[in-house]
Parts: sequence; structure tokens; C-alpha cells
Amino acid sequence: MTETLFDPLFRLPLLTGLLLAGLLPMLGALAMLREEWLAALGLAHLASASALLGQALGVPAVVGATLGALGGGAIKTFLSARGNIAYGFMILAGWSATLLIGANTALGEQLAQALVEGQIYFAGLTELIAGLLLLALCIRTLPRLMQPVLRARFFPRYETANQLPAWRWHLGLDLLTAGGLAIGTLTLGLMGAFALVLIPAWITFRLAPSWRWTLIGASLTGVAGYLLAFVAALELDQPFGPMLVGVLLGMTLLVRSLERSRPMQLD
Amino acid sequence: MLGLWGPNGTGKSTLLKAIVRSTRIFSGHIELQPGLKLAYLDQQPLRRSVMPLTGRELLWAAGVQAARPEVLPDGLAPLLNRRIDRLSGGQYQLLWIWSALATDADLVLLDEPTNHLDPANRAALIEILALERNGRGMLIVSHDHDLLSRVCSRLLEVRDRGLIEAPTTRG
Repeated sequence: MTETLFDPLFRLPLLTGLLLAGLLPMLGALAMLREEWLAALGLAHLASASALLGQALGVPAVVGATLGALGGGAIKTFLSARGNIAYGFMILAGWSATLLIGANTALGEQLAQALVEGQIYFAGLTELIAGLLLLALCIRTLPRLMQPVLRARFFPRYETANQLPAWRWHLGLDLLTAGGLAIGTLTLGLMGAFALVLIPAWITFRLAPSWRWTLIGASLTGVAGYLLAFVAALELDQPFGPMLVGVLLGMTLLVRSLERSRPMQLD
Repeated sequence: MLGLWGPNGTGKSTLLKAIVRSTRIFSGHIELQPGLKLAYLDQQPLRRSVMPLTGRELLWAAGVQAARPEVLPDGLAPLLNRRIDRLSGGQYQLLWIWSALATDADLVLLDEPTNHLDPANRAALIEILALERNGRGMLIVSHDHDLLSRVCSRLLEVRDRGLIEAPTTRG
């Protein structure tokens, strides 16, 4: 197992994936706090479609995916497009565009398949640099965004009452999530990135003793699930994306059974 | 501390929403002192079935700088390190109201703060509301006349034709 992890051939993909496996669950926890986890799937689909569109126009996939997802995130903020209906349309539009562009370009077809399957082993220096950039942005902006985002959740009229520019932090978080989903989709695949946003946050929302530990726990759960999936996919010669989703779903079932076996607490 | 009392449907809650710029004003106007910082709580505390924040983190989110147990009213200190989704409805409501009172807001607006509270928690709320707020203002809207007359220094009754001054036990 350790040989697989430290094989020089997979060093770059492993590092890139590790970065994203730590960051995406944190963004997922914030999306779950705002009850916007479905938006992550919409953004992942938009990233996927715009990566292919970029490819068709001669733009690198990482640039195309990021621009598409950021555009989606910005539109979401400015139109105040919240709720399942908006995200449902985002998912359908992204899915339709991905497959149509993929079907009509030779390179696009390969990329579309890679995005759906999640072939992390092809992640290279570009994806690693993009991941590091995302990490730097998260370190810089998340501590500043955290309090306004939490306040907006529990005291939603505070900003209006005090005429504060709430759109700034909503846009900041939407763009950060969109950027994370774009890089995540290109590196881990569409469903792999979405699973890392949804499942670790879902697990730690149930188990963590505090918000601080929710963020830490989500990140650690994402990393643990990712490492397990990485090794299992290589050892068992399976596609990475479905393996990652499978491992994370397995963790969910484990937590669910633990929850059911726990005695009910009465306050 | 000003109380606004009156039967349902007389526009008490709408008035609060107008002050916090959350509803359209069709006639008249509201003048707020420039730079006035407001805190406003709706009738119903926002609560989700799964929400992994502690009481202390909720206060931090509200803008309370240092939620030290010794400055908290009786009964709230033990809630600081517990997850808010594992508190009873009444405990959560008291903590939620305190989160507005403990901020540096110049004016706190509370809409029906005793809704859904049992007698014990209602009594705890009266004690909390009666605490000195260093000259900062509070406007409470409620149909609970007893609460208003005990905690407010001035009480107005909303009638069809306007507002009428009503007596309070606090004076």
C-alpha cells in the first residue's frame, strides 16, 4: 500500500488530489451551512462544460473550467439564484453542454469521459499549481468570510438593517466555491469533486462538537477517504472517480449505523 | 426601553420590519440617526435540525466579542459549549435573544420574544431583558402585556387610530 502511495509516477496526482480533498470538504461545509450543497453539483457541471468548450476553442481546460464555474458563481450571486430550481437548471445545462460538445469534438470526447470517470492519475503540474492557488485564496479569504457568512445564516436581516454590502461576501464565497469545483472537477472528476463537497460535510455536521471541528473534521474525512480510494483504485485497477464516491458512501453508511446504535439523548 | 403592545394584525411586526429596511414603506418615513447600529430578531428563531455550532460560536457569529461565562445571565453559561441543535427550543431562544442583546448594537428590536417559551424560560427572559444595557435602546413588540409592563420603561398601545401611552410597572 505504501509503495502505491509513494510511487514517483503518481506523486503529482497524489499531492494535487490531497490538496483538493482537504479544501473541497471545507467549502462543502460552508455550502451545507447555507443549504446550497446542490449548487456544487451545478457548478461542477458548468465547469465540465466550459472546460470542453475551452478545449474546442483552443483554451487550456483548467482555464476554461475555472472561467465557466466562476461565471456561474457570479451569476448565482447577482441574480440571487438560490434554491433547488436554479441549481437543477444549472446541472441540466452543464450536463447537456458537456455531452454535446464532447460528442462533436475528438479531444472533447476523451476529456468528457475523463471528467465523468475522474482520472486523477493524469493530473499534472498545472492542476497542482491551480490547487495551491486555491489553498492560498482559502487561507486569505475564509477567516474573513466566516463570521459574516455565519451571521447571515442566523441573523439574515442584519445586513439589510445596517446597510452592509452583503453581496461582497456572498460573491466571495460563491467564487471560491466555483473555483474549487472547477479545479476539483478537472482533477477528481465531476462526481468525485461533488462527493468531496457533500459527503465529508454531511458526516461531520452530525458528529462534530463545534463549527471549528466541523471544518477540521470535514477536511480530515475528505483526506482519509481520498487516500483510501487512491490506493484501492490503483491496487484493484478501478477508475478513480467511482472508487472515491464508493469509499465516501461507505463512510456515510458507517456513520449512519453508528448514529442508530447510539442511545437517544434527552435534554 | 420601549414596548409596543396591541392585538394581532395592527402592524406591530411590520413597523419593526420597516425600521430594519425589510419591507416597503407606502407612506410616512422613518428617520434613523446616521451610524446607528441595529440588531433585530424575528418572531421565530432560525433553527435547523442539524447545525454543528456551539452556543459560543453562535454568539461570535452575532458579533459578541468575548462570550465569557461570568458575564452571561444565569442559565446561559452552561450552553456555551453545547451544540445549538442539541439545546431545547427554550434554551436556544434565550441564547438567540442574548446574542442580540450582547452585541454593540445601539438599538435592539425584538419581535414577540416570548413566543414558544414555557413559564420558566419566560421568567428567565424577563430577567435577561431587565439587565442594564448601558443606555442603549431596545424596542420590543409583543402581545404579552405583562412582559412589556415589567421590563419596559415606556409602553405604547397600538390602536386603530394611533398610539396611546400605557402605564408600566417599571416606570
